[in-house]
Amino acid sequence: MRKLKLHPCGKFNEQYEEELTIFSTDFGRLWMWVGLFLLFVVIPFICKPYLLYVINHIGMAAIAAIGLNILIGYTGQISLGHGAFFGVGAYAAAILATRVGFPFWLSVISAGVITAFVGVVFGIPSVRLKHLYLTIATLAGQFILQYLFVSWESLTKGPEGIMLPRASLFGLDVKGDRAFYYVIFVCFVILAWVAVNLIRTRFGRAFIAIRDNDRAAEGMGIPIFKYKLISFAISSFYAGFAGGLAAYYIGSITPEPYTLGLSVEYIAMIIIGGLGSIPGAVFGAIFITALNEILSQATQFFMNIEGLAKIALTIAPLREFVFGLAIVFFIIFEPKGLAEVWRIIRSGFRLWPFSY
Amino acid sequence: MEFFLQLWNLEFFLQLLIQGLSVGFLYALAALGFVMIFKSSSVLNFAHGELLAIGAFIFLAFSVWLKLPIYLSFLLTLVGSFAMGFVIERLFLRPLIGEALIEVIMLTVGLAAMFKGLLLVIFGGNLFNYPDFLPAGLTIKWGAINIPPVYVASFIIGIIFLSIFGFFFKYSSQGIYMRSVADNQPAALSLGVHVRRVFAMSWAIAALVCAISGVILGIMNGINVHDISVLGLKVFPVVILGGLESIGGAIIGGLIIGILETFTGGYVSTSLKEVIPYIVLVFILLVKPYGLFGLVEIERV
Repeated sequence: MRKLKLHPCGKFNEQYEEELTIFSTDFGRLWMWVGLFLLFVVIPFICKPYLLYVINHIGMAAIAAIGLNILIGYTGQISLGHGAFFGVGAYAAAILATRVGFPFWLSVISAGVITAFVGVVFGIPSVRLKHLYLTIATLAGQFILQYLFVSWESLTKGPEGIMLPRASLFGLDVKGDRAFYYVIFVCFVILAWVAVNLIRTRFGRAFIAIRDNDRAAEGMGIPIFKYKLISFAISSFYAGFAGGLAAYYIGSITPEPYTLGLSVEYIAMIIIGGLGSIPGAVFGAIFITALNEILSQATQFFMNIEGLAKIALTIAPLREFVFGLAIVFFIIFEPKGLAEVWRIIRSGFRLWPFSY
Repeated sequence: MEFFLQLWNLEFFLQLLIQGLSVGFLYALAALGFVMIFKSSSVLNFAHGELLAIGAFIFLAFSVWLKLPIYLSFLLTLVGSFAMGFVIERLFLRPLIGEALIEVIMLTVGLAAMFKGLLLVIFGGNLFNYPDFLPAGLTIKWGAINIPPVYVASFIIGIIFLSIFGFFFKYSSQGIYMRSVADNQPAALSLGVHVRRVFAMSWAIAALVCAISGVILGIMNGINVHDISVLGLKVFPVVILGGLESIGGAIIGGLIIGILETFTGGYVSTSLKEVIPYIVLVFILLVKPYGLFGLVEIERV
């Protein structure tokens, strides 16, 4: 048996393979198995249905946030249209399921693929445009897609919305929070694994090169436009996939949720979690979804008490304020986000008597 | 067939044209402060609508709630928004001097959400109106066309802005510093431009311009946080069409977008009206990304 690798006091890579490894120590690999055990065996059986419902939402948000982080954090292209892409996924899944009669798994995957195409369409302006102009183009995309959700009534049924059939997988009826928990988190683990490995491939390195200096990247022989479009496609695929899952989980869709506010929420997730970090996207999804849930619980709590209903009404706009504050706070004080905080805590333990 | 019949209806056409011009003027006015910030620090300000709203609400607080005389409260609004511009710059933008532009843009997205939430908490989402205080003598009557005083006032203010800022950026040393900072921050720093002061000045002036525009918008349409923040996003098609650096371009862009919007609303469909500016925006970005009067960026490596 080879020697187990435990924590060194610093990074002393001697070979390129060492740089590329996901787990620099066997300890990390062990923790991954512990984490998977907790995720699939412990959590679904000790949590109450309400908590499972929240965790499911975290899972779907995390998938979309990972996608957005590939685009913003790794490729450096700001998109303000992620909320609409999420909506495109939800609508694609719903329409395929009701009109064409696709089964659950196929319609969710096709939702991802369709959204990837839509994402590429809105990525095309990046031929000539730098991030500044591109951000505006994606903002326009957000509004145009939002308009289509409401007005293309023959396809989306407009404000009335679409009811989805019950999801079923391999002949089993997927119903209830726990069954969906397994579906969502198996998808989450697979997609997160793909994303982590994607960054280590030629594509991932090209993305990072484009982010750091696009002119230099072009000089090194990277076809920038092609890779930007690939990045848009992958990112939109993640958003569309998550949107498809969400449509099935909630059971019906309407155009209201997929606004600019949702896009800003996703941007908040990856800034708070950490730009250019896959675990960061997950941290951000946990943070924002939990914050949303706490604030809406607080609203309900105050609503039920006589005389305090006025406070409840002020909490709804307070939500927006808290998001904005969190974005601003993290950009100014911890631009690398919660992922960096987590790293500092970990290394504090590791270097314990001499931590700095 | 009906479409062509409508097109030949001259009265309908004129009515739409006038309505379009007035909506366009509103957009042009809203775009001025945006161009100001972009020109002096090359920051895309996503919190623009909120800045307009803050200016309008400060005026509301002074004139309606504290019942100060109009001229005094207008003056206080100008002073207040100027100071607020300084504070915003000091608290939020100063720590980011020298950072990548991406982070500054994201910061303004965050600021937008923050200000909007704050305004909703304090003032709520209702529609507020100012008392009617503009002198009626400003009304222009010309045949059947009747232009209300607000538009005359805003037209005069637009012209004043255009000339003052034109001269300011072209000839004053402060304006030239601002342009240099916008063009290349590190180079400006190394040539001894006081970048921090330039940033502070440009945000303060921009907040002031926003407050004036906000007050006029409030007189025209009443103030409502949601409406004004939507208007803040409509600024993007306007400035992209006109060219990001050009104040004259912003005015012409605003007029074009306004006319386009009302004509789409009148002849095609009312629901398309809201998105047509963004469809045009994507088209312009693909065909002529630097707009009608913008500076074409030439990259040398």
